[in-house]
Amino acid sequence: MTETILKVDDLKVWFDVKKPGAMPWTRPRKLKAVDGVSFELNAGETLGIVGESGCGKSTLARAVMQMVPIEAGSVVWLGDDLTGLDTRRMRPHRKEMQMIFQDPLASLNPRMTIGQIVAEPLKTHFPGLSAAKVKARVQDVLDTVGILPNLVNRYPHEFSGGQCQRIGIARALIVDPQLIICDEPVSALDVSIQAQVINLLMDLQKETGVALIFIAHDLSVVKHISDRVMVLYLGNVMEIAPAAELYDRPLHPYTEALISAVPIPDPVLERQKQVMLLDLDLPSPLDPPSGCVFRTRCPIAEPGCAQVKPVLADKGREHLVACHLR
Amino acid sequence: MSNGMAILNPQQPRTAAMAERMAEVKGRSLWADARARFLRNKAAMVSVGVLGAVFIFAFFGHLVTPYDNETIDWNVLGKVKELGKPSLANGHYFGYDDSGRDLFARVVQGTQVSLMVGVIGAAIAVIVGTIYGAVAGYIGGRVDSIMMRFVDIAMSVPYMFVLILLLVVFGRSIEMIFVGIGLTAWLDMSRIVRGQTLSIKNKEFIEAAVATGVPSFTIIRRHVVPNLLGVVVVYATLLVPQMILTESFISFLGLGVQEPLTSWGALISEGTSTMNYGTLWQLFFPLAFFVVTIFAFFFIGDGLRDALDPKDR
Ligand code: SF4
Repeated sequence: MTETILKVDDLKVWFDVKKPGAMPWTRPRKLKAVDGVSFELNAGETLGIVGESGCGKSTLARAVMQMVPIEAGSVVWLGDDLTGLDTRRMRPHRKEMQMIFQDPLASLNPRMTIGQIVAEPLKTHFPGLSAAKVKARVQDVLDTVGILPNLVNRYPHEFSGGQCQRIGIARALIVDPQLIICDEPVSALDVSIQAQVINLLMDLQKETGVALIFIAHDLSVVKHISDRVMVLYLGNVMEIAPAAELYDRPLHPYTEALISAVPIPDPVLERQKQVMLLDLDLPSPLDPPSGCVFRTRCPIAEPGCAQVKPVLADKGREHLVACHLR
Repeated sequence: MSNGMAILNPQQPRTAAMAERMAEVKGRSLWADARARFLRNKAAMVSVGVLGAVFIFAFFGHLVTPYDNETIDWNVLGKVKELGKPSLANGHYFGYDDSGRDLFARVVQGTQVSLMVGVIGAAIAVIVGTIYGAVAGYIGGRVDSIMMRFVDIAMSVPYMFVLILLLVVFGRSIEMIFVGIGLTAWLDMSRIVRGQTLSIKNKEFIEAAVATGVPSFTIIRRHVVPNLLGVVVVYATLLVPQMILTESFISFLGLGVQEPLTSWGALISEGTSTMNYGTLWQLFFPLAFFVVTIFAFFFIGDGLRDALDPKDR
């Protein structure tokens, strides 16, 4: 039942950054967007990934999809190592993993009708399919995501943000993927629409058994949909645990801070609660702190934290945390 | 959550509005929007009419006159000022040129050449420049650097000089003018297109296509170029008068098309040289066509820009 479909091992994505106006031969500096991330994903499971903006979650998603060059580590998908595959050998796998994006309108080509947009993955992977079959399938998936199929000839700007995101989901769904990576799919939407889109994703998962990687910068969104949650900070995993376990017993000081920042719907409780403020800004990923990357903002940091980088340690109940003190 | 499900349930509309769902709704594309805006632009619409008239004149003008563009009327030669005035009575609507040829026929033929140079020159520049710029911008990295450095170098060569050199070395011909203009005019275009491509490349719909495995050149063709077309169309309409101006300048220098063929530039050049003799109509008619056409193209270009780019999309 719980078959592992995706295994990411010590994945590193480093970007070359040159100072503006630098000489062409100066050595570029390395921006460690993702620095040694490992996790596994089971079939039909939802893994939430949270972290502040700039912590490398989007880069991690694109690295799994082989859309950014990978410095080191491996991404094993259904037993095949994807790292280093060329475009042609990667193409069959692109059918199996799809992606939905943060800005629903920007992720749809404004010059194409939604019918053409949704059909694109199908036509790319099954070029021999007849026009009638493509059309039937397009109408079918549009129906599944709650868009009237007779609107296939409309253009993206004629739809609302929530509808556009549904169209994006339809495009991902049309090739029956085993994994959909959702890159902050609801952060650009109204709160009421957010719930609809999340419920739609959960329904689809129940129906088709697709696995999800759900990225967000806010724990409350992720809590609802995820089986397990991974907390990222400056390209490093701070903590991975089953969702309920993480919320009830957060071990990492960073996770504690994130959870305390989630508003409670009850005004009385909300006023009483202690918010752990993370002062200071996120350190530059170009120049991460030595030892534990979180130490510059950690309320319980000790001198030792600057020396040795903590590794993810199993604390039982599938709860892994990277901290010397917990 | 359960009431959220009711709104969401995809099965629900299946029964609700079966009949309504059968008929496919037509969408309004961005092109249709732009067309509507363009049709409302008065200056541009008048210009389209004027330009249409100029084209009709160029292609059907010869049917209106019994004269051709090379036969010299020896009776008029030498007495052009007295006998060669424009006149409806004798059928020389635009009068005679300085060599005693019918000016109407010559303007018709000159218009053909000038429009052809303008349209074909611009078309070459647009096609080559768009493909070059889109490829450089989309691929990026080192390929982009090399391709654009080449454009920089080519642009630093004074192109009028190259054009004149070509015409002197390989002889004066229309083909040579096309080659010379085509060699240089696409450079600007490729720069503009590359800049636009860079901004389009970062849009999420390109990422979506990459993520789903669409091949690069299909992405350029299907996702990049259609979103460039607005800029390209506007620039192309502004490029046509630029081509016409270039050709006119070359002809004005006496390096353009060869007699008995002529063009606006050549006719204007002749007209200015005979101004002192009082045969002003020889300057007036070609100049009027030239100015009106250039203005029309500029107004249309302006209208297209407003129509395609309403709020800096
Ligand atoms: S290792 Fe030290 S600095 Fe890092 S989170 Fe734990 S206590 Fe804080």
